[in-house]
Amino acid sequence: MIDEKTILHIAKLARLKINSKQAADYGQQLSKVLNHFDQISKIDTTNVEPLISPIEANFFDDMAFREDTAKNLFTAEEILENAPDKMGNLFKVPPVVG
Amino acid sequence: MNLLTATFYDISTAVKAKKISAVEVTNFFLTRAEKLNPTLNAFTHFNKNAVIDAQKIDAEIIAGKNLGPLAGVVFGIKDMLCTKGMPTTAGSKILQGFIPPCDATVVARLKNAGAIIIGKLNQDEFAMGSSNETSYYGNCKNPWNIDYVPGGSSGGSASAQSARLTMGTIGTDTGGSIRQPSSFCGIVGIKPTYGRVSRYGIIAYASSLDQAGPMTSTVTDAALALEVICGVDEHDSTTSNKSVDLFSKNLTTNIKGLKIGLIKEFMAGQSDADVEKVFSSALETLKKMGAEIVEVSIPLTEFAVPMYYLISASEASSNLARYDGVKYGYRSEFQNLSSLALDDFYGQTRAEGFGPEVQRRIMLGTYCLSAGFVDAYYNKACQVRRLLKNQYIEAFKKCDVIFSPVTTTPAFKIGEKSEDPLKMYLNDIFTTSTNLAGLAGMSVPFGLSSKNLPIGVQLTSAPFQEQKILNVALALESVSPVEGKTPNVY
Repeated sequence: MIDEKTILHIAKLARLKINSKQAADYGQQLSKVLNHFDQISKIDTTNVEPLISPIEANFFDDMAFREDTAKNLFTAEEILENAPDKMGNLFKVPPVVG
Repeated sequence: MNLLTATFYDISTAVKAKKISAVEVTNFFLTRAEKLNPTLNAFTHFNKNAVIDAQKIDAEIIAGKNLGPLAGVVFGIKDMLCTKGMPTTAGSKILQGFIPPCDATVVARLKNAGAIIIGKLNQDEFAMGSSNETSYYGNCKNPWNIDYVPGGSSGGSASAQSARLTMGTIGTDTGGSIRQPSSFCGIVGIKPTYGRVSRYGIIAYASSLDQAGPMTSTVTDAALALEVICGVDEHDSTTSNKSVDLFSKNLTTNIKGLKIGLIKEFMAGQSDADVEKVFSSALETLKKMGAEIVEVSIPLTEFAVPMYYLISASEASSNLARYDGVKYGYRSEFQNLSSLALDDFYGQTRAEGFGPEVQRRIMLGTYCLSAGFVDAYYNKACQVRRLLKNQYIEAFKKCDVIFSPVTTTPAFKIGEKSEDPLKMYLNDIFTTSTNLAGLAGMSVPFGLSSKNLPIGVQLTSAPFQEQKILNVALALESVSPVEGKTPNVY
């Protein structure tokens, strides 16, 4: 069973605000799901390189690379169009420093 | 010409020959979709400029311009794909009102080929789900019986296509999200090989598993749409340089001598009686057509579901970190920004903006990637992933395509599985290994259950061998017991 302290730590890493009841629920749900996942731990993977992406076999032979040139794809206006709060060409946010 | 049964080729030929206008086709489907959508909730948004877009197509034809193979063909797009000027929400509150400044490459390719986008389609939130029940924009209904789910996460695409609210749709598939709803709603759905279709402009769920693909009424339409959307893209370095075959031109129903592999581990009685019946019937059909059946063994498929959820949740926890209320999307109401702790700003926005299933997977993924656990969970799952892929490579030395059920049951009732996350995850036992190994997979309808709900069968190929599964699918479709059958909502 994953304890409340761990759940609160994970929630902090994930930047998700949760209350005690949610922490208890997540603890239970995650424990149940991870117990199910434990069956993987028994599989012998000695000297096996992890497969992170299916395209690795195509690396360099097959992958698409582009020229390293800068492009202006969007204007500042287009980028700010969806801003929840802005001031001029700036996104308005809480203080980041201090 | 009956627009409800016309193929992409029929329509684009007629539109280019000025026998019917793109405007007429567009109006027909818009009117139909607007009429039936309140019952199905398949579309979350209709394109206000659809008729204008269609007028442009007609004007280009009159001007003698050469148009692409989808001229005048109307498409609905899953809300996971960015569409310039149209809301794109991924089924989530956290992207409510977000209007992308550009089209996803898939959408741009469809439009370049002459297609007209009539709207955005409902889905499980951030593609996390198998029933469309996690959508912030409400449940979507199965047109065969509106008490039942259409499947997920591309539920809106499947429902809209099945009820023929549109001519074609695009879905995405990370663990089965094209194939399962296609099976549940009686349509054709294909998940291409990883790397065939650009993920640029597609909201990322699990970057090593996601692929977009067509969900259509026929195999020929799926083949043509696939040709149009596949191909290397400079915006997506995970796309392959491999040339794209003219899938629709190369189609054949001749499957004599083709080796069809049956995965021993998928035939262990997991499926219910209705699915077994349809599957056996399709298998007999393949034998009669001259295919050779071979048994293959892929023991690690037994662990595909836990591997899939572990890896996809980990990748999702990273991909969804960008939804923070800063540059776009939902932001909580705060009294005074300047006295707010940044973590509270993020924490509250994300807690209010994401639904419970998404938060659960972010928590799971964060845990599996966290210091002290990453080796035991994420890295371990990736090691087993390589072993699973190797087993598939061995299996494909013995057969040309793999044949299996899509799901263990037909569609289930709305609310039946939504209380237990693990129960919902186990829906995916036949589909997730395809994404883990980077293969191509498709679902083609082949029967109805005792409750009159569709059941499809699944074809899987080695990477970049889509033509083989399209051919087998076409062969099955040509003698399908459900040919011409339509759902209740139609």
